[in-house]
Amino acid sequence: MYVIEAEKLTKRFGNFTAVDQISFEVSEGEIFGFLGANGAGKTTAMRILCGLSKPTSGKVRVAGFDIYKQTEQVKQHIGYMSQKFSLYGDLKVWENIRLFGGIYGLSEVQLKEKTDRILGLLDMEDKRDALVDSLPLGWKQKLAFSVAIVHEPRIVFLDEPTGGVDPVTRRQFWELIYQAARRGITIFVTTHYMDEAEYCDRVSIMVDGRIEALDTPLELKRKFCVENMNDVFYSLARKAQRGE
Amino acid sequence: MNNVQLNHITRSYGTIHAVRDVSLDIRSGELFGLIGPDGAGKTTLFRILTTLLLPDSGEAKVCGLDVRKDWKEIRGIAGYMPGRFSLYQDLSVEENLRFFATVFKTTVKENYDLIHDIYVQIEPFAKRRAGKLSGGMKQKLALCCALIHRPRVLFLDEPTTGVDPVSRKEFWDILSRIKKQGITIIVSTPYMDEASLCDRIALMKNGVCLRTDHPATISASYPHLLWAVCGADMYSLLLDIRAYPETYSCHAFGDRHHLALKSGKHEMNDLKHFLQGRGHSNVTIEPLVPSVEDYFMNFEEDKLCM
Repeated sequence: MYVIEAEKLTKRFGNFTAVDQISFEVSEGEIFGFLGANGAGKTTAMRILCGLSKPTSGKVRVAGFDIYKQTEQVKQHIGYMSQKFSLYGDLKVWENIRLFGGIYGLSEVQLKEKTDRILGLLDMEDKRDALVDSLPLGWKQKLAFSVAIVHEPRIVFLDEPTGGVDPVTRRQFWELIYQAARRGITIFVTTHYMDEAEYCDRVSIMVDGRIEALDTPLELKRKFCVENMNDVFYSLARKAQRGE
Repeated sequence: MNNVQLNHITRSYGTIHAVRDVSLDIRSGELFGLIGPDGAGKTTLFRILTTLLLPDSGEAKVCGLDVRKDWKEIRGIAGYMPGRFSLYQDLSVEENLRFFATVFKTTVKENYDLIHDIYVQIEPFAKRRAGKLSGGMKQKLALCCALIHRPRVLFLDEPTTGVDPVSRKEFWDILSRIKKQGITIIVSTPYMDEASLCDRIALMKNGVCLRTDHPATISASYPHLLWAVCGADMYSLLLDIRAYPETYSCHAFGDRHHLALKSGKHEMNDLKHFLQGRGHSNVTIEPLVPSVEDYFMNFEEDKLCM
């Protein structure tokens, strides 16, 4: 069962082809790493998959919905977080959960139950009334992830979720990812930390608008005859012609 | 001499202690790294050293000049590349460069040799407005502007954050070339793997400097025996290793887990047996040389156990 199906997905801005005929599928519960150099076209592709931008051509289905015609259904069945946008800093922890849960149409009973469960899971019961701005970055990001999946979406898009987060919290964040994937939530994640690429079931690497490699980390390392994902990335991305 | 000294520097913002009693002695010509996550206090230190912010207490000197009394002179000899892009977005690439040269009463021509290697990469876009540049090109222009007055000390606040691994490597190659000119470079980064590219580093967290030394010395002082554990299902392997009574700490590190045991013993058959009992058949366990990241994470764990 595929949660994302993209066939020859293309996006042009004027005569610039940001995303050039990329095709791939992502399965239910898979942790899919979406890597590429700055400017390779990751953000453009991700915006299309989230229903925020229309492709120029190609077929795309996300959570079973057509990206051209069923944009609103797509948005209801996905979650999204990035380092830049996640939570409202001037709202309290519980208010953020309530706000996002409310937007996704959770009932009062569900909201209460979800709030308790998230705070318990993150060991943040005593922070219920704290302003989000007062939390350390790592806590904020863990909370942001939990809020991004508060409506149990089919898939969650994570755009560099761990940038600048300390090493211990970065790993705790990945444990939350594993737990969500085990519940069947598909994870679509971008990162510049190559050790995190190893945590993905499969990894795609974009160069100049195209997917140049897509496989498990183990297979990619084997194919390129290198020891780690950093070297895989390096062999592919140093050929890139264009900047951001 | 292009050295930088901090003596018991403290700075708070209201109730937040951004920097607590930090002392550093950075040598002339050194490539020195401030390593730590967001909130460690790195930016506050930069702002104090570039005379944009006064410390609450303590002393700081750049090339022997006092940040309180000699701020004007320091501004003339320091180059600063802030974490947020802070060039003039509506000036072109060459206009920005000329502007910064003029502010420092010099010309682009006079110091062009220093930036030549970097500038040739953005020269094709000389007429483009800075705001329209790509992230990588903005970063290179910002570095050129910070260097154009031939500073004696260069401060770089997280120049590689959010930058892909290939561009990160290029940037560090550029830094080692600048260093050859005798310029002292102080660079901050949240990427622990960049620590080994510095001559010396300060590990920082929550405003405190945990340790200052050569990166190799720091990783060698990791206090436990460290093991690399690999298996098929890495996540459940991690959970099961943590359930092993002798486990002191276990962290995911790319395609392997880093494990330290409580007793520090060398015999791994007990653990292998334990893991086999939990369904992990093809587990490999090998001794491992610790990294700065191992040291950084362990620092916290040891403190919690004391």
